[in-house]
Amino acid sequence: MGRRVGLEGSFAVAEAVRMVNTDVIAAYPITPQTHIVERLAEMIADGELDAEFICVESEHSAMSACVGASAAGARVFTCSAGQGLELMHEVLYIPSSMRLPVVAVAANRALSAPLSVWCDHSDAMSLRDIGWIQMFAENNQEAFDLTVCAYRIAEDVLFPAMVHIDGFFLSHVIEDIELPADEEVSDFVPEYEHPFVLDPDKPVSMGCYAPPFIYPETKKAQEVAFEHTEAKIRAVWDDFGRTFGRYYSPVEQYRMEDARVALLTMGSFGETAMLAVDELREEGEDVGLLRLRLWRPFPFSEFRAAVRDIELLVVLDRAISFGMGGPVCSEVRSALYHIHDDDKPDVISFIGGLGGRSIPVDGFKYMIKRAQERVSEGEAVDKPELFGIRE
Amino acid sequence: MEEGLFIPQRVTKEEIFTPGHRACIGCGEALAVRLVCKALGKKVIIANATGCIEIISSLLPRTSWRVPWIHTIFENVGAVVAGIESAYKARIRKGKLPEAAKEVKFVGFAGDGGTADIGLQALSGAMERGHDFLYVCFDNEAYMNTGIQRSSATPYGAWTTTAPVGAKQPLGQLTWKKNMPEIAVAHRIPYVATGCPSYPLDLMDKVRRGLNIEGPAYIHVLSPCPTGWRSPPNMTVELGRLAVETGVFPLYEVVNGVYRLNFDLPELKPVREYMKHQGRFRHLSEDAIDQIQARVEEDYARLRSKAGL
Repeated sequence: MGRRVGLEGSFAVAEAVRMVNTDVIAAYPITPQTHIVERLAEMIADGELDAEFICVESEHSAMSACVGASAAGARVFTCSAGQGLELMHEVLYIPSSMRLPVVAVAANRALSAPLSVWCDHSDAMSLRDIGWIQMFAENNQEAFDLTVCAYRIAEDVLFPAMVHIDGFFLSHVIEDIELPADEEVSDFVPEYEHPFVLDPDKPVSMGCYAPPFIYPETKKAQEVAFEHTEAKIRAVWDDFGRTFGRYYSPVEQYRMEDARVALLTMGSFGETAMLAVDELREEGEDVGLLRLRLWRPFPFSEFRAAVRDIELLVVLDRAISFGMGGPVCSEVRSALYHIHDDDKPDVISFIGGLGGRSIPVDGFKYMIKRAQERVSEGEAVDKPELFGIRE
Repeated sequence: MEEGLFIPQRVTKEEIFTPGHRACIGCGEALAVRLVCKALGKKVIIANATGCIEIISSLLPRTSWRVPWIHTIFENVGAVVAGIESAYKARIRKGKLPEAAKEVKFVGFAGDGGTADIGLQALSGAMERGHDFLYVCFDNEAYMNTGIQRSSATPYGAWTTTAPVGAKQPLGQLTWKKNMPEIAVAHRIPYVATGCPSYPLDLMDKVRRGLNIEGPAYIHVLSPCPTGWRSPPNMTVELGRLAVETGVFPLYEVVNGVYRLNFDLPELKPVREYMKHQGRFRHLSEDAIDQIQARVEEDYARLRSKAGL
């Protein structure tokens, strides 16, 4: 039977890693990810989890050790943030190209310089092309649920999976969540056998060298397989819903019925944005909220369906692509590109919440109203507005 | 075999690193890998850094490896092998693998760049944490795979494409070779050794010792490279011998901190004997060679004293 407990997002993730009976954890400390690894280290010290904990000397080695362990058939875990993910970056392409189901959690953090340990999505946005399944949690319950699902998904499709949780906003905040019983989780994520492991009885060569005559075919194979993961992700989330009563989908909709305007967010901002939508609805505005949960593979069809009937889409990015604008907004616009102008919403871009700056309910209301003004005034809509900057 | 002659078989005929790879003619590293693999046997998993050996042995869709082998990137072999070893440890303990899997040994292969330069951190971490693995550095004294660029293991005075010999800078490499075995010793791991394919039985014995000792083991193998050293391909084995006989590359072991010289030479041959066959040293003045001679003698004397001689 499940139980309700107050848990930090970090501890919720650690519980998920414990309940799926992870074999090898390799991690290097970085704020705001540290509570996850500290809790896992405690669990191992207390005998609650039987795993090898490799206290590596860098994030680069953390992912490298996970790759080695996963190639040897182990269920593995690592977590990092900000600069740590950047140092790990080179290695992140390896498990996705070698089809290893590594699971990682990113406690999202801004990037230097100037140094900031606080949350934004700059680190996540630099990881867009690594070939991992990537999803964003909005609260601690989701941090737990999505981590459990990440193992099932990764092992079903043989691709690595990363769960993004907002640093501090989720990693360090205690929320009331429901934890299932250990057996319920281990039933949901059964033991798996990778079809090709490093085993002297059945030798394989992994990570070979590909000249031009074969490299493009390896990439085509990877892309075709990766595109097909979306159906499997939905299937695992549906099964999770049937088992645990909490349903997830690639694009979450909130009060989108009859909405004319929608705000799109990722991560923990969704909860505050909901309050803003509630207030605007009370004021008579036809506003709804979209929360992009599945980031890779990008859920094109579900996203297009979600915005089919709206006139204005307001996208809040928590990162800047310098010289380009908001990275999520760029992708959203490209997903809508081939649709005729009359059949797609105007898209207005905001960038906010950088380096841990919070956005209050009124901030989201401002953005929605300001976007409507900009469209009605015929302002150029391709330029993002940086929200809440002291000028 | 000649009639009436008995030769005990000390070297298996089985090739684990198989022929058909794409190494240059006279490659000392391919020879070293072949011998090392014979000593490793088949109950091993090898993690290989990017470099010559990876490139020549794994061109898709072919492979030269008859044991499980993984290459990922350049600088992380220490961490990859640590992950593999930890996976086996955890999975055996948790009953996910049979007890028989305890026989499996874990090995890291890298060149001098992948060891002494870019891979030093990952290797140091793995040695410090005490994983049970053998690491073999195949040292051909430069980045040969990318075209003979200098590494921290390139010897003083050697020409390379990034330490070229010019009118203003007539020396080539201006720094002395980083002493990787001593860095391994400083981690207080149970086994450190140097080896050379010119001494095949010595090399293979060391591999077996390193493999069977519990904890990290490090073997540094000098691998003559005709392409990068500008030496005749048929002199590879001879050059390895001369490196040892001149004291340029002494063969020794450090077992639990105790030094032992495998070949203590009453008199070292002059370094000229070793250097004169190599185009990479051709530009050196008599003074520069004398300077190298003095340094080799000093280092050799220091090593002898560590070995209690």
